[in-house]
Amino acid sequence: MTNITDLGVKALRDGVAAGQFSAVEVAEAFNAAVAEAGELNAFIVTTPDAALDAAKKVDAARAAGQPLGKMAGVPIGMKDLFATQGVQTTAASHILEGFKPQYESTVSQKLWDAGAGMLGKLNLDQFAMGSSNETSYFGNVISPWRRNDGGNAPLAPGGSSGGSSAAIAARLCPAATGTDTGGSIRQPAAFTGISGIKPTYGRCSRWGIVAFASSLDQAGPMARSVEDCAIMLEAMAGFDPKDSTSLDMPVPEWTAGLNADLTGKKVGIPREYRMDGTDPEILASWDAGIAWLKDAGAEVVEVSLPHTKYALPAYYIVAPAEASSNLARYDGVRYGLRDLPEGAGLQDMYAATRAAGFGPEVKRRIMLGTYVLSAGFYDAYYTQAMKLRTLIQRDFTEAFKACDVILAPTTPTAAFALGEKTEDPLAMYLNDVFSVPASLAGLPAMSVPAGLNKDGLPLGLQLIGPAFDEQGVLNAGLAIEQRAGFTAKPEKWW
Amino acid sequence: MSVTREEVAKIAALARIKVDEHDLDRMVPEFNNLLAWVEQLGEVDTSAVEPMTAVIPQKLRLRADVVDADPLTGGGRRDAVLANAPRAEHGFFGVPKVIE
Repeated sequence: MTNITDLGVKALRDGVAAGQFSAVEVAEAFNAAVAEAGELNAFIVTTPDAALDAAKKVDAARAAGQPLGKMAGVPIGMKDLFATQGVQTTAASHILEGFKPQYESTVSQKLWDAGAGMLGKLNLDQFAMGSSNETSYFGNVISPWRRNDGGNAPLAPGGSSGGSSAAIAARLCPAATGTDTGGSIRQPAAFTGISGIKPTYGRCSRWGIVAFASSLDQAGPMARSVEDCAIMLEAMAGFDPKDSTSLDMPVPEWTAGLNADLTGKKVGIPREYRMDGTDPEILASWDAGIAWLKDAGAEVVEVSLPHTKYALPAYYIVAPAEASSNLARYDGVRYGLRDLPEGAGLQDMYAATRAAGFGPEVKRRIMLGTYVLSAGFYDAYYTQAMKLRTLIQRDFTEAFKACDVILAPTTPTAAFALGEKTEDPLAMYLNDVFSVPASLAGLPAMSVPAGLNKDGLPLGLQLIGPAFDEQGVLNAGLAIEQRAGFTAKPEKWW
Repeated sequence: MSVTREEVAKIAALARIKVDEHDLDRMVPEFNNLLAWVEQLGEVDTSAVEPMTAVIPQKLRLRADVVDADPLTGGGRRDAVLANAPRAEHGFFGVPKVIE
């Protein structure tokens, strides 16, 4: 019999429904895999009892002949950015260490309501700020992948959803939640050979997700197949009156609508994404993607996104500006850490608490944001960045007049080694060069595995669609998945 | 535009983050490096462009004008609100003495 932990969302759900195995057996198998994988440091806390309790409910519901949810019997990992009632939620920061939310985030609640269970809270870059999972207060996540050079250098699982990507690739969970502010679902998915979709801004409620940059933050699923992502996204999405930017639209049946026949569809190839210095293997995988989509019946057209080069610098004004405002709440008064030096007043307490509670990257972004919003600089930086954001969105609107979906690489390189980019913040930021534009424009975008490079590491391809067209993105993703035939998995060393 | 050590110290003070001298030395070049990079946005003529206000345009909704329309986000949850406070006393957040 196949190993239960090799199965994905659909296979597990259908297997439980058909009685091939019980939900409790599934939960136990994944709990055991999680317990063995401490070396990867993918989880900040594990919650085996929560996974078992949810599974028992599913088994009882099945025995009683009750209808089962879309995720019934599927244990998942929850990125530690989602508030989970009574379970420590830290955003991988010291300042929130020990914080136990009194309420459940909308997205996690919807997943539990759909029958999923929680294996634990997944590690991430601190406050989702990072591209390698090296800014977590709780230590680096190690990718389960290794280069085939025998050197065993520990590799980055990507970030910020690096615990999610590592855990899924290592078969510690079939799927996990991610959040994407500038690429935090897609880039880690690409680095670890899995799939992940950031839906249109507003599809998934932000209520109960620790805020980083509210105009960009969007939750989405990460899993090992396009169909598994579609199933999980259906369970996560939906209107929530508690989020003022939640989309008041019905959730489409993406799974039922999956169709890899792209006859009559046009795929846009953005000229500006062919940047100097891009790894030739990335360009080769992009060319392979073009051939696969043609084979699926699509017509390939060149499109232009002229403001692409300004997306990253605009992002590094907008996101830190919003972060400086959002993270003002961590003051040592209402929740989390308090550092009160002997004889200190209120202002000193704030400054000491925030100095002790935030990591260097978080401080860097808060300060950059504070600066670009400060009197005298606001227009030159923040207003100009928001104007560029208008132009970047307009580029996409124009491009989608000529095509239905855009194909591009997800990242400029395969996974890098831990420590390789930590000395130079700018080098780290450049890793998101292909993912940030869709974030700034609020568009649905997904990464699917395309193959392995010469070092034996996964490469991802990105699909970007017009607002609200997750279906088009998923369908093109499925067409690539079927042709790429990506079955590689990391060899177990942990 | 580049910032001085004193200006970085002022930004840290505005952001309410205590920064020691050693960190300040590291931060100044790092900060200037990032500023020099984002300043390339200035080369785009945006005089006829409106800044984005909402990435997906939508109307802000009003909730029903009812007390506790949503019990989760309404009132009457003092204990839950205080549950994670580093110091809570008599139903209030405790802070160091503010008035001398």
